[in-house]
Amino acid sequence: MSAPLISVRDLHKTYGTGANAFHALRGVDLDIREGESLAIVGKSGSGKSTLMHLLALLDRPTSGSITLHGTETSGLSERQLNRTRNAEFGFVFQQFFLNAQNAVLDNVTMPLTIAGVPTRERKARGLAALAQLGIEDKAGNKANDLSGGQKQRVVISRALINRPSVIFADEPTGNLDSNTGSAVEEILFDLNRTQGITLVVVTHDLELAARCDRSVTIADGLVVPATEEVAA
Amino acid sequence: MKALDVIKRANANAFRSKLRTTLTALAIVIGAFALTLTNAVGAGVNTFMANTVATIGVDNVLTVTPHDDSTPSGDGPAVFDADRATLSGGPMAGAMGPTLALTAADLDTIAATPGVQNVSPMRMVALDYVQAAGSQQYEISLGMVLPGMHVELAAGHDLDFDTDQPQVILPKSYVAPLGFSDPADAVGAVVDLGLTDATGTIVTQQVTVVGIAEPGLLGNAGAMPNPALTDALFNLSRVGRDPGAPVLHMAAFVTYDPDAGPDATADLQAALLAEGFDSMTVDDQLGMFTSVIDTVVFVLSAFAVIALVAASIGIINTLFMAVQERTREVGLMKAMGLSSAKVFALFSVEATVIGLLGSAAGVLAAVVTGRIVSDALAGGILADLPGLDLFVFEPLTVLGVVLGVMAVAFLAGTLPALRAAKADPISSLRYE
Repeated sequence: MSAPLISVRDLHKTYGTGANAFHALRGVDLDIREGESLAIVGKSGSGKSTLMHLLALLDRPTSGSITLHGTETSGLSERQLNRTRNAEFGFVFQQFFLNAQNAVLDNVTMPLTIAGVPTRERKARGLAALAQLGIEDKAGNKANDLSGGQKQRVVISRALINRPSVIFADEPTGNLDSNTGSAVEEILFDLNRTQGITLVVVTHDLELAARCDRSVTIADGLVVPATEEVAA
Repeated sequence: MKALDVIKRANANAFRSKLRTTLTALAIVIGAFALTLTNAVGAGVNTFMANTVATIGVDNVLTVTPHDDSTPSGDGPAVFDADRATLSGGPMAGAMGPTLALTAADLDTIAATPGVQNVSPMRMVALDYVQAAGSQQYEISLGMVLPGMHVELAAGHDLDFDTDQPQVILPKSYVAPLGFSDPADAVGAVVDLGLTDATGTIVTQQVTVVGIAEPGLLGNAGAMPNPALTDALFNLSRVGRDPGAPVLHMAAFVTYDPDAGPDATADLQAALLAEGFDSMTVDDQLGMFTSVIDTVVFVLSAFAVIALVAASIGIINTLFMAVQERTREVGLMKAMGLSSAKVFALFSVEATVIGLLGSAAGVLAAVVTGRIVSDALAGGILADLPGLDLFVFEPLTVLGVVLGVMAVAFLAGTLPALRAAKADPISSLRYE
């Protein structure tokens, strides 16, 4: 078995202090292997989104360690974290978070713009990413003029344009009808299989979770042991 | 994100809500417009003053008057000093009270002061009229001309200061009334100047017209005599006076070496003051004009700046709205690795863009307005002052206004930009 891409040990996250303290995560251990697809499931308020935010280095844990490619991330500076997210991760959210007034190509190339990639290369890579999802003809359209499924394809193009090692998807199909939803799922799993991009999906959709290589359930800030999961 | 991308994106963002940006920029337009226009008026008037006084002026002449140190400063009236010569009597006496005057002895004292090259008393003669052969008599005043003074001439040539032949330059406005067809026609003509002597009799002095002055501050100053004419008129005016009575002068002109430098001039003025005389250089006199103009411009500019401050609050407001609207966009960009510094730059550059738009439009409107008003006035109330450009737009001042407004806009933008920069990506992404 290859070394884990992301390794989480005894992860705690507490919001607030004193009597108002809310313990969102209370000691999570988790390994994510390179190239696998992992579903993080749980009820709302279970801490699954918090876990994803910490895994994606969007937030810092209260205690515990997260290593990425074997590197402890708690010691990284704000600047290094920004660079890591920009280079290593792709994000797909339930809400599309597209800039409605901007062209599709502009939206897709945003991570490259942030990285400071020259305009010409941005355009070429943006078109390639759109072509991969079969919507390169929409490159010049305003994001607002697309259907829901097209928007999510744009979002996925944006997530993979920086050739990430991990794509974090937070309820990727939550806003889509079942047909479009399964098409989008198909795209994500295809990327996982053909390009080896690690997929971390946060969802409460058990069908989607079942399609992943592995799923972990979070309840009350802890990973539920597999046996209980089966019992549940 | 590269700096160019930041600017491009900020620029695009500024135009996302066109109406809002336009209204915000409009407030800046008003401020920049007012500021540019007041500065242009100040520059226009001061340039005109400088040109006019520079043409009047002869930069090696001091105007010397008796130093009056007895002026009461709120402590009641001054004690009369019988030893000091005063000009009482004369047409102004009642209104002005006793005026200190220079005596012949004073002139000698001044002449003896080191640095003084020459002293000539200011001779004031009240003229009654001017008349050409066959014309009516027209009221006229006698101007003052100093050697080296430059008069803008419509025809003829400058006065001869060395001749003993009386010569005069008349304003252009007298050409037609006196019966001449054009300025050139008047040159060389002999006219009569009438004045009242000390016995109350009206006497005349014949004088040759050597030049016709263009209108201007100086052109309206009346008949400009050469020294020979001044002396002749002065002597005429004294006919019938007690020859033993002392000759008193309101002021005297002192020539000095202007190349000696400002220190030497200051020393000379200090020496004159020690002997009891006030003195003014041409620069001093010009300074009085310009300081008044500068004060007026300063006050008007202050109002324009107040308008700009109000406009900058508009920028703050607009950008706070923009930050609010783009919370999720900012959150997403931060999640994708955009640094807080770049987020700050995005919004503060957007504010600066609004400032640039507003100030550029305001400055442009000011220049166009200045042109239109100048053209209208040139045919109207300013027709008699052809040298006056009411609005002078100095490129550096205009550039300064634009840059200044951009700086103010940037400062206004920092508050909203800081809020955007501090935003936490997760809570921003949750924002609905």
